[in-house]
Amino acid sequence: MDTLIQVSSSILLLIGSFLCLSGGVGILRFPDFYTRMHAVGVTETLATTMILIGLILHNPDFLVDVKLVIILLMTLFISPTASHALANAAIHNDLSKQKNDTSDSGVKPSKP
Amino acid sequence: MKDLLAVVMLLGIYSLLSASFFVLMDAVDVAFTEAAVGAGISTLLMLLAITMTGRTEHPTRHKPLLALAVVVVTGSLLIYGTLDMPYFGSAEAPIHQHVAPRYINDSMQEIGVPNIVTSVLASYRAFDTFGEVVVIFTAGMGVLALLSTVRRSEDNETIDSFNQSMHEQHLILRIVSKMMIPFILLFALYVQFHGDFGPGGGFQAGVIFASAIFLYTMLFGMSTARRVINQSFIQILAATGVLLYGSVGVVSLLNGKEFFDYSALSADPVAGQHLGILLIELGVGITVAAVMVIIFFNFADRRGYSPDKESEDL
Repeated sequence: MDTLIQVSSSILLLIGSFLCLSGGVGILRFPDFYTRMHAVGVTETLATTMILIGLILHNPDFLVDVKLVIILLMTLFISPTASHALANAAIHNDLSKQKNDTSDSGVKPSKP
Repeated sequence: MKDLLAVVMLLGIYSLLSASFFVLMDAVDVAFTEAAVGAGISTLLMLLAITMTGRTEHPTRHKPLLALAVVVVTGSLLIYGTLDMPYFGSAEAPIHQHVAPRYINDSMQEIGVPNIVTSVLASYRAFDTFGEVVVIFTAGMGVLALLSTVRRSEDNETIDSFNQSMHEQHLILRIVSKMMIPFILLFALYVQFHGDFGPGGGFQAGVIFASAIFLYTMLFGMSTARRVINQSFIQILAATGVLLYGSVGVVSLLNGKEFFDYSALSADPVAGQHLGILLIELGVGITVAAVMVIIFFNFADRRGYSPDKESEDL
């Protein structure tokens, strides 16, 4: 039982780290602001969830587990909201139009 | 770098990184303060300032060679100075010899607080902390004196129409924040009163408390926030915190001990220390929160007076 919990927590941690990494690759490689934001916004929530669940399984201390669950709930609320606010601000300021004006800016980092 | 927004963001990231660095060095209290103040509040205040001053830096006509020379000379002098310092982490270093052993060995009997940082900050070094609180209070008063403006009188209709437009634009943000704000306030109180046993204390708690109010103000507008939080009441609170701190010291004077010797507050010295630390941390928290709110409100008020008057959403 103990090994099962250890292995599953390790697998969850690994998946979480992989998702973080893929989000990082996405923010560097994707062409414009919205796709980049999508790459991070989607992976980040799942990656944090995976890592936190992995840590909860890893840790036997009840009080620490409760704190981790609270952090998890907070993240599940805050991180999609932050992505939404970012995208909303971009639409509000007509970022797509500015992109079209300088059409060859795929390589340059976009400034939100 | 000409984009000031990017500069502010980099500064915030730098603060967060140094906070993680402090955690690695086992300085949890310092890390907490750095994360709350450096990465949180000061980034917010600087962003607020940028919305008033504009996002891009003005082009400079002269080359900053003199500034570069000054920085290089100062930096190399500082590095030269570190050569004389004892080796990092060495047990013979003066800081590990002077008062630190006494704090580590005796603070549990003398103060009875598990978090040594709190007992050093609030009891052994109460004078220093009092000075810090007075500095914060003075900063708040300075902002009031420089930026305070006559309050615009807005009737309820404009507030309501403004509220309506904000409501459509920021529906999701508003709902989620409304759910979060009570928890942020609760967390601030936890940090405030748990400071004796874990990392935390008045400074962090005050900043977290103020950040919840900032969040509310940014999403619901200045006018609504003014109806919730009375400006003059906040000013009185800022003074009350400092007074509470100082009067704890005066009470111990009157009881025949030294200034800020909390053992005088109760028959049992350790219980007196507990009471004293609780009271002065409360004073610190009240002052910090109130001053932060004062600074934020006055900055945001100035925004309304800027020539290119936009809508008030940040």
